[in-house]
Formats: sequence, C-alpha cells, structure tokens
Amino acid sequence: MELVNIFLKAAFVENLVLAYFLGMCSFLAVSKTVKTAFGLGLAVIFVLGITMPINWLINEYLLSETGPLGFDFSFLRFILFIAVIASMVQLVEMVIEKVSPSLYNSLGIFLPLITVNCAILGGSLFMVAREYNFSESVAFGLGGGFGWFLAIIAIAAIREKIRYSDVPPALRGLGMAFILTGLMGIAFMSLLGIDPAAFK
Amino acid sequence: MAEVKTAPAIQEKEPLFGKKEKKLITDPLTDNNPITIQVLGICSALAVTSLVLPSLVISVAVVFVCAFSSLFTSLLRTKIPKSIRMIVQLVIIATLVTIVEMVLKYFSYPVYRQLTIYIGLIITNCIVMGRLEAFAMANKPWRSFLDGIGNGLGYGFILVAIAIIRELFGKGSLFAGSIAEIKIIGASPDYLINTMADGSWFGWYSNNNLMVLPVAAMFIIGIFIWIQRSLNPDLVDIS
Repeated sequence: MELVNIFLKAAFVENLVLAYFLGMCSFLAVSKTVKTAFGLGLAVIFVLGITMPINWLINEYLLSETGPLGFDFSFLRFILFIAVIASMVQLVEMVIEKVSPSLYNSLGIFLPLITVNCAILGGSLFMVAREYNFSESVAFGLGGGFGWFLAIIAIAAIREKIRYSDVPPALRGLGMAFILTGLMGIAFMSLLGIDPAAFK
Repeated sequence: MAEVKTAPAIQEKEPLFGKKEKKLITDPLTDNNPITIQVLGICSALAVTSLVLPSLVISVAVVFVCAFSSLFTSLLRTKIPKSIRMIVQLVIIATLVTIVEMVLKYFSYPVYRQLTIYIGLIITNCIVMGRLEAFAMANKPWRSFLDGIGNGLGYGFILVAIAIIRELFGKGSLFAGSIAEIKIIGASPDYLINTMADGSWFGWYSNNNLMVLPVAAMFIIGIFIWIQRSLNPDLVDIS
C-alpha cells in the first residue's frame, strides 16, 4: 500500500510539471495538439520508469560510501545520471524502432528530446534526496511519469480548444500557454489537501 | 620548376569585439530572449525565482556554464563525431555544473542546500544544450563564448526581473537571506514602510501569498510575453 501511496503522491500531489515545474520546455513546446502530447507523455512514463531504478542501483552500488567500492563518489552523480538517461533514451529509441515502427514514426523527434527533459533528471535527484528504496523508486518513477502524461494531455486539449477563442494577438500561443499552465498549477494545488493516510 | 609564389591568403579581419560580436550579447537580452522567445530554460527557472538571491546565484551559474560549455564545444566541434555529440555535450555541461556545485558548496552552504536540485538541473537546462546545438557546433570559439554569455545574461535578466516582482509583492523585501537584505513593506517597524504604523497610508496592504508560489512565475512570464509582443508585433505567434 505504501507503493500505491507513493505512486498517487508523485502523480497528483507532487506532480512534476504542475507542482515542481520540471520538464517545462517540452511541456510548452510539444503541447500544441493532443496527438503529439499523447506520444510524448507515453515516452516520458517509459523513460522515467526505466531510468529511476537504474539510477537507484548506480547510486546505491557505485556512488555511495556503503557500496562495494567503499568510497563516496557522489560528486559523479550528475554525470552518471545524465549518461544513463541519454543511453536509455537511445536504447528505448532503438527498441521501439525494431518492435513497433508505427509507434516510432508517430513519436518522431520527441523521443530523443526526452534526454534534456528536466523532469527525468529531476526525478532521479528527488529520488536520491528522499532516500527511496528500490521498489519505491520504481513506483515514484511510474507515478511521476503518469502525472507528467496527464498534465501534458490536459494542456494540449485546452490549447486545441482555445485556438478558437478571442485572445489578444500578443498573448496568442506561447503567452496564453504560460497563463494556462499557471492556472492548472493552482488547480493541482487543491490536491495538496489530500491526506496521504486515506490511501493506507 | 617555377617557383610558385603563394599569395598570402587574404585574412578576413575579425575584430575582437565588433558590431556582430556586440549583437551576440545584446540580441538575447531583447528580441531573441531565451525565455520569452526561444522558450528555453523554463524548467529550472521558475522554482528558484521566489527570492532574488538564489535567482542571482543561478543566473551567474548559468552564464558561467553557458559561456564555457559553448567555448569548449566550439573548440572540439571538428573532433566530435556526430553520432555521440549529445553525450559529449552533456559530459562537458555536467562537468562544469559539478564545478559550480562544488564552488557554491564551499562559499555558501545554506544557499547550496536551498538550490541543490536546481543547480543539478542546469545540466538539462535547455538553454545550454540548445545554444550548443544551434550555435557552438557551427561557430568559432570566441563567438560561441560571447553567444553563451549573451544567452546566459538574457536568461538571468528575466529571472531576476521575475524574482524582484515576486519577492517584493510576496514577502515585502529584497535580497532576503543575504547581508544586503532590504525590508521594504510589511507589518513591523523593521520595514521601510510599516503598514501597522499609526496613520500609515498602507494599512490596507498585505503580502500577496500567490507570489510565493511557483505559479506566479508563470503568470509573470505570460505578462512579460504579452508586453514584449505588444511592443514588437513582429514577434507575435501566428499559429
């Protein structure tokens, strides 16, 4: 039950986009239509779910003082984490290309772009800061990815609708996207009132 | 065999700091701003801007990382194989960010504690990587270095502007957390404008708690974009 709790908390209460404002660049750039947002959202769930446990293992067994190497290598954390993320994204790209060419084509350029999505590295750093164990880090990764997915679908749908509204010209597109994201952030804040004990 | 006289190649004079170089620094401050026009680097920007001091620290760090990663990438640009260029760029950026982190930890541990995760996120700050891809991979080191500084400054300028608005209206102070803290408006005699004083004109005023939340930064950037595009209609998004 603890894991479900972490999943729900990561997805809703501590949403990576709307509570921490991570992964904002691709969130604003790729949310013009629901279709592309859907593909990118799925890819983010996948990459977060995979990199989180791998980075956990690296942090626990290579970098920490209590690991087999017996030396505190935590200053290498950024470099190793980002290398894992870059290689995982590359790997995921190759696997998807082999297994499902149609999905690969629909994702297009957005797959490699996940490498520089702050939500992925941010998730791994949060995991270290909060001292999750292995299964908790998997739940946190999947939950965080799911929250990101929900958020980008929501804003893409709103942006598709608002195209027909009478917005001042200077505010059209990007400006409106910022203000919408702010409003959605306020809406997500109402979830902060949920008592985590209710899930137990 | 006739002696072939090789004409000295006409060297195009490249002034160290000419008009083009100046443009590299000034453009990102206005018409090609990384945040309001290129939509780069929003990620690590929003959460730190509730106070001016951490925003300044992050801005300085980004200028440093941006400038030197551009310089090093540009120096290596002919040697980097295209297939692994992303990993090479990321390693350069990550190394510089690790240096920044260590320096900050040494100088000011409280600020380091407050910013620890966001310093790390400079690695994935799209400005740095975006400028490497768009500029440093195709230009000479000195120009790339200036482009890095310009974009870092353009980013920092917006960051500090947001932070000043948020801290002033959210907390009533500026530079909180440092020795230079200025308390401007609040309900105690410490502040320059004491809202609780007898006969004060500002008795109605209280701090806007919305400004402390990250969502305020979204609204402020939205308004910046609105103002900028109203003043310069060429920038308006057509789609």
